[in-house]
Amino acid sequence: MDNILFLSSFVFIPLVMLFGLWVARSINQVRGVMVAGSTALLVLSVYLTIRFLGDRAAGIADEMLYTGAISWFEPLNIKYSVGVDGISVAMLLLSSVIVFTGTFASWQLKPLTKEYFLWFTLLSMGVFGFFITVDMFAMFMFYEIALIPMYLLIGVWGSGRKEYSAMKLTLMLMGGSAFLMCGIFGIFYGSGAATMNIVEIANQTGGAHAIDFTQQCIWFPLTFIGFGVLGALFPFHTWSPDGHASAPTAVSMLHAGVLMKLGGYGCFRIAMYLMPEAANELGWIFLILTGISVVYGAFSACVQTDLKYINAYSSVSHCGLVLFAILMLNQTACTGAVLQMLSHGLMTALFFALIGMIYGRTHTRDVRELNGLMRIMPFLSVCYVIAGLANLGLPGLSGFIAEMTIFVGSFQNADTFHRVLTIVACSSIVITAVYILRLVGKILYGTCTNEHHLKLTDATWDERFAVICLIVAVAGLGMAPLWVSDMISTGVVPIVDHIKDVAVVSTSNPFM
Amino acid sequence: MDYSQFLIMHEELSLLAVIAILFVADLIMCPDKKSGRGTFNTCLPVVLLAAHTLLNLLPCCEAAETSAFGGMYQYTPMMTIMKSILNVGTIIVFLMAHKWLSREENLVKQGEFYLLTLFTLFGMYLMISSGHFLMFFIGLELASVPMTALVAFDKCRFESAEAGAKFILLALFSSALLLYGVSLIYGATGTLYFSEIGALLSGNSVLSIFGLVLFISGMGFKISLVPFHLWTADTYEGAPTVVTGYLSVISKGSAAFVLMTVLMKAFGTCALVEAWNVGLFWIIIASITIANLFAIRQKNLKRFMAFSAISQAGYLILGVMDGTAQGMTSLVFYLLVYMAANLGAFVVMTTIEQNSGKIGIDDYDGLYQTNPKLAFLMTLCLFSLAGIPPFAGFFSKFFVFMAAFKAGFHLLVFIALVNTVISLYYYLLIVKAMYIKPNDNPIATFQSDGYTRVALFLSILGVIVLGIGGVFYNYLDLFSYGIN
Repeated sequence: MDNILFLSSFVFIPLVMLFGLWVARSINQVRGVMVAGSTALLVLSVYLTIRFLGDRAAGIADEMLYTGAISWFEPLNIKYSVGVDGISVAMLLLSSVIVFTGTFASWQLKPLTKEYFLWFTLLSMGVFGFFITVDMFAMFMFYEIALIPMYLLIGVWGSGRKEYSAMKLTLMLMGGSAFLMCGIFGIFYGSGAATMNIVEIANQTGGAHAIDFTQQCIWFPLTFIGFGVLGALFPFHTWSPDGHASAPTAVSMLHAGVLMKLGGYGCFRIAMYLMPEAANELGWIFLILTGISVVYGAFSACVQTDLKYINAYSSVSHCGLVLFAILMLNQTACTGAVLQMLSHGLMTALFFALIGMIYGRTHTRDVRELNGLMRIMPFLSVCYVIAGLANLGLPGLSGFIAEMTIFVGSFQNADTFHRVLTIVACSSIVITAVYILRLVGKILYGTCTNEHHLKLTDATWDERFAVICLIVAVAGLGMAPLWVSDMISTGVVPIVDHIKDVAVVSTSNPFM
Repeated sequence: MDYSQFLIMHEELSLLAVIAILFVADLIMCPDKKSGRGTFNTCLPVVLLAAHTLLNLLPCCEAAETSAFGGMYQYTPMMTIMKSILNVGTIIVFLMAHKWLSREENLVKQGEFYLLTLFTLFGMYLMISSGHFLMFFIGLELASVPMTALVAFDKCRFESAEAGAKFILLALFSSALLLYGVSLIYGATGTLYFSEIGALLSGNSVLSIFGLVLFISGMGFKISLVPFHLWTADTYEGAPTVVTGYLSVISKGSAAFVLMTVLMKAFGTCALVEAWNVGLFWIIIASITIANLFAIRQKNLKRFMAFSAISQAGYLILGVMDGTAQGMTSLVFYLLVYMAANLGAFVVMTTIEQNSGKIGIDDYDGLYQTNPKLAFLMTLCLFSLAGIPPFAGFFSKFFVFMAAFKAGFHLLVFIALVNTVISLYYYLLIVKAMYIKPNDNPIATFQSDGYTRVALFLSILGVIVLGIGGVFYNYLDLFSYGIN
């Protein structure tokens, strides 16, 4: 019971925040509630990380720590069960950092500030809930809670073609969740329908092999695509550029930074963990699709002229890399995938925050109209360069660690098919360098030709605070990655072992 | 004759008592036409009905299954639950009717509204409790004939009168179909008792399958499933909004209950299950898909809700597939949740119509600027209808799908799931109108009266609590086996 309360506080704190926002009367009270709540979440997740590392160091080797369950819908074997492993702890830490900085990034947002933060908090509640639960029903519920506030956040406070983008994003993601729900039913009834708890399904007598292989081959693609839509799997990624480009700053941060990670996390934790045979058998199809995501996203980013579109396509490319890595089915690559989730979450949040700040001043995001910003807003520009370097994988920043681990892991697969795909995916690093460097050169350096831009000011304190927090996190992850990757490994190993002990070689793959 | 048999019908008797009291009250409190005073107090029917509900619901857990009058009338605790759900819906309808009934032209008709409504409710009680097709038919007629008067309640308004005419014609037509089906079944088996039919019907007899098809068609009219839905949009649009709410939830809900119980009792024990599975399979797909596509194009909110209700009925019937106990529980739960969400939306629509006279979807543009609370509550109801967590609609949809999936209808569940995305689209259109679209002439800010607030409170409470609080589903699950 203590465990349930401890982990559920990640959901209770947003609930309390919602109540606080509901009664708040002035903008200062709204901000106060947000700062207090997001700080509490950050402190809680740091405490969770320290406690988790301590318990692991003390030799507690359970797959999930702090587990607990209370019965919810007794006749259907649905429980509210919580528990965390290394992966979810890392994700919770990421989420709380992004929510915390997102609060400051939308400090000056108007109008309807209170309503904005209400939906923002509901969104973050869904995200936290998703990472603490290990029950498919509860996970799915929180997943959907996280989707729907996006519609109003983009539709009301967004920019550009916001109504179109909001509707497209919502419908595509809900379409994904329709697939997903089918997959969940398939897993539940296929495995004997005794529990919805992921760990229990995986470890029940006979393992996940309890699900019949032919059934796995139906439910695995449904589940994988269901989560893959959110993870920007090609060709279901089209909501992402429009959605991110139209969303307000903090929503882009949270969405690209955390919500897209729900996709990768779900694919790994539910689709692959529970249906290992099908993952081995059909993985190659999705591997090709994610390979396309990686390269196609990077190429698309090259030809965009809107700053947010560039970053959105870059996100497609980097999130594709997450799915790409988990499909490599080995420990190094999967650890790299989770590192990439962290790294991409932090740096893309940083990017979107900076773009939002630049847009708030210049009122344009068109690359062709921006130039010479370095002299006008040096702080923002320097940060932009740092974000860009992290994005293209400069050693010392987080991107390098993650991509390095992924590619090393991927190359461990000895067959030609995986190696060729790895080499193709590697080329995205070069393409990333092309668009990032060109972008930085174009908008930051040179002389400013637009006289309206000359009078603009640099970042305010709240913006600086948000940006510095993110940069510290990006650099921290880049400089001292070992403790994080060790923590993640403890979570990855049992899952990968579980998938590996099936050891089926794909018979349907024509390239092997 | 043993008069104590009547005590088994205690629910019907206590509803009759409520009706009698209201009837006398209507005579005494006959309004003075000049001053408009001496009118019905809305509290009276609401309190009476609430007391009636509680008195019957509380002792039902220990009650045993019995029957009376040689099996014509049957009693199981689950039926009390169903009737109580209908009662709660009727209470909300009474509460939301207050403002409308206080209009000048309706003052003299207040008593009639309550009496007519309760008589239809009485008919639904009989339908639910019947153990014999004749009893069932009496209940059905009692539920539909006074309903016509309700639909045509604004008789001086052209649309309302037209809707009444359409409704009575289609209701009679469907009754005739159903009666024909029943007569065929009688021809095949020689009995009208549900309990005996099952054993006598054979799965491959053309006569019994034809009877079954006609029976389902007749009920399809009442539940307004595609392709028997053609009266729905016009009737819903023409009827007074309060009555539309009643039609779309209580009338439809009772018919769905009855379809489920009769299919289980009369047709559930033989090879006919296969036959109704096939029929319902296509009916469900057609209802959900066609209604969803039509709903997208609607400009009038009541027509919109009509198509939304048709598609919701399709989801509801998913619980009937294969006649499993889990399906029955999920159907009752779905209806309970649907009642809360749909009536909540109707309360908002009624109060807006009564205060501003507007009912078009375009009129809702910019509602959030002028009436943020109403817009917010409407959003919650729509989200629940669309099946968005943490609202109750998510849970009820999930369980209905789960039941159908367990019964093996994987493709059907998949199609229904894809349709939820379409339904989300059109529900979001309303949300978009209220929050995002600008409007030069929005609905003016107004204060809603106390009765409306209570009705809204009840509905929203249902929308929020019914799903997250697992006890409701778990409680319903204790009973459903009574029917099987």
